[in-house]
Amino acid sequence: MPVDGYAVNWAAVVIAAAVGVAGMAVMLLGSFLLAPRRPSEAKAIAYESGIRPTPLAWTQFTVRYYIFAILFLIFSVEAVFLFPWALVFLETATYVFYAMIMFIAILLFGVAYAWRKGVLQWR
Amino acid sequence: MSPLKDNSIFSWTYESVANTLGGPEWLAYGLGAMAVIMVVVNGFLLIGTIFTWMERKVVSRFQSRVGPNRVGPFGILQAIADAVKLLFQEDIVPRRADRLLFNAAPIVMLAPSLLALAVIPFGSGSYVADINIAVLYVVGMSGIASLAVLMAGYSSGNKLALLGSMRAVAMLLSYEIPLVMALLGITILAGSMSMVDIIEAQSVPFLLVSPLGALIFLIAMSAELNRPPFDVTEAESELVGGYLTEYSGMKFGVFYLAEFSNVVLAGALFAILFLDGWEWAVLPSHLWFLIKVFGFLFVASWVRATLPRMRIDHILAFAWKYLFPLSLVNVVALAMETIAWPDPSPVQLWMMIAINWGIAFTAIPLMSLVTNLGTPARAGQRVVQTEEVN
Repeated sequence: MPVDGYAVNWAAVVIAAAVGVAGMAVMLLGSFLLAPRRPSEAKAIAYESGIRPTPLAWTQFTVRYYIFAILFLIFSVEAVFLFPWALVFLETATYVFYAMIMFIAILLFGVAYAWRKGVLQWR
Repeated sequence: MSPLKDNSIFSWTYESVANTLGGPEWLAYGLGAMAVIMVVVNGFLLIGTIFTWMERKVVSRFQSRVGPNRVGPFGILQAIADAVKLLFQEDIVPRRADRLLFNAAPIVMLAPSLLALAVIPFGSGSYVADINIAVLYVVGMSGIASLAVLMAGYSSGNKLALLGSMRAVAMLLSYEIPLVMALLGITILAGSMSMVDIIEAQSVPFLLVSPLGALIFLIAMSAELNRPPFDVTEAESELVGGYLTEYSGMKFGVFYLAEFSNVVLAGALFAILFLDGWEWAVLPSHLWFLIKVFGFLFVASWVRATLPRMRIDHILAFAWKYLFPLSLVNVVALAMETIAWPDPSPVQLWMMIAINWGIAFTAIPLMSLVTNLGTPARAGQRVVQTEEVN
């Protein structure tokens, strides 16, 4: 092989992406070519168990998950820190290990606070 | 070196392009890799299709029914018949829909699972790529699915779809954390994020070494896959089809296929991370790997047939108040053990296994006690509120 393993592996991932997208394009194109098209007014109405939908779906809406999204953001960033740590803590100084345990403890305290405040309750 | 060099499909294509036809080396590599990937992707989708039939058959048996039995022997061609039917079905786009997002959502749903496939080793020497951050890569790819769900729900212009996708995203985000933490435990044990290294690191399957991690992985994965008991996003009795309500024809087919192939992908992940991949083989390694995957698929169908659907507030409470602290306990315990025994001898390894099972059996009931303590006594009041809003 002319190139080293790193580049070859990622090149394979890119080729896999191309093949995947092409495969899906074939599937959807096949349906586009084969499926009948007889549009009508009734078909184009949003399904709501047979009742005419009023008002439209895009109205004001309580996005109840936003607090979960914020918590998710905090902990996925934590995970991004934890993965490199998991690979190196054996080779580095011992305090690296305990520093991360401290970090986890602080974030755990954050969850306990959120729990106490009742934001983990879906309502 | 290229991980593909031992693969017979790759070397045949490579040889015939580079030597017989005299093409340049990069072209030979590209075509060879493409041939392998075509086989892997099609095989994967075929297994996904077989799984749709298998699940219907298994769930039927659990409910004292026969299940599909008309098309082909044991109804095994039912999935093909369904695909043909969906291909010829009219594709309706609601007038109020956001056309661009509506059409893009199925693609965004299926593409990540095909992409994640690139790093999954299916047998000794047959993997497309062996990248050094494979675990993070798979997590990242599975995270994209929640975007597809949100796109589908929002763009349909349908209240049921919007409601379903809102629930779905809250659930997918919440369960992503325990899932990542379970994978982190595996990373700590193996000392690597590459799938091949993880398999080679398992002198004993990690299912034994980290039972808590395996349990958390199974639960969080079935939530990530929108499978019962976590299928509130498309709860038929409340939300018609959730974010799938407005989809028909092949776009629905792509969603359906993505859902089932993701279960196959999860099975492959479970087999690699916890069941030692293709090793301990008494049969050819690919077949052995497939047997492990189908074992997972059977358990998934079993769970689907057995457990009733949970309520959305219970699901989220379970993720944050139970699974998440439990997953942190798992990670810290595994890290402590790894730092105490960096290179465990067999005796130390079995001590580690004993400690981990002890931790699992004490932490699971203890944590549920803590969760119940933390739940306010006003729970009854909350129930009324939830029903009122929904």
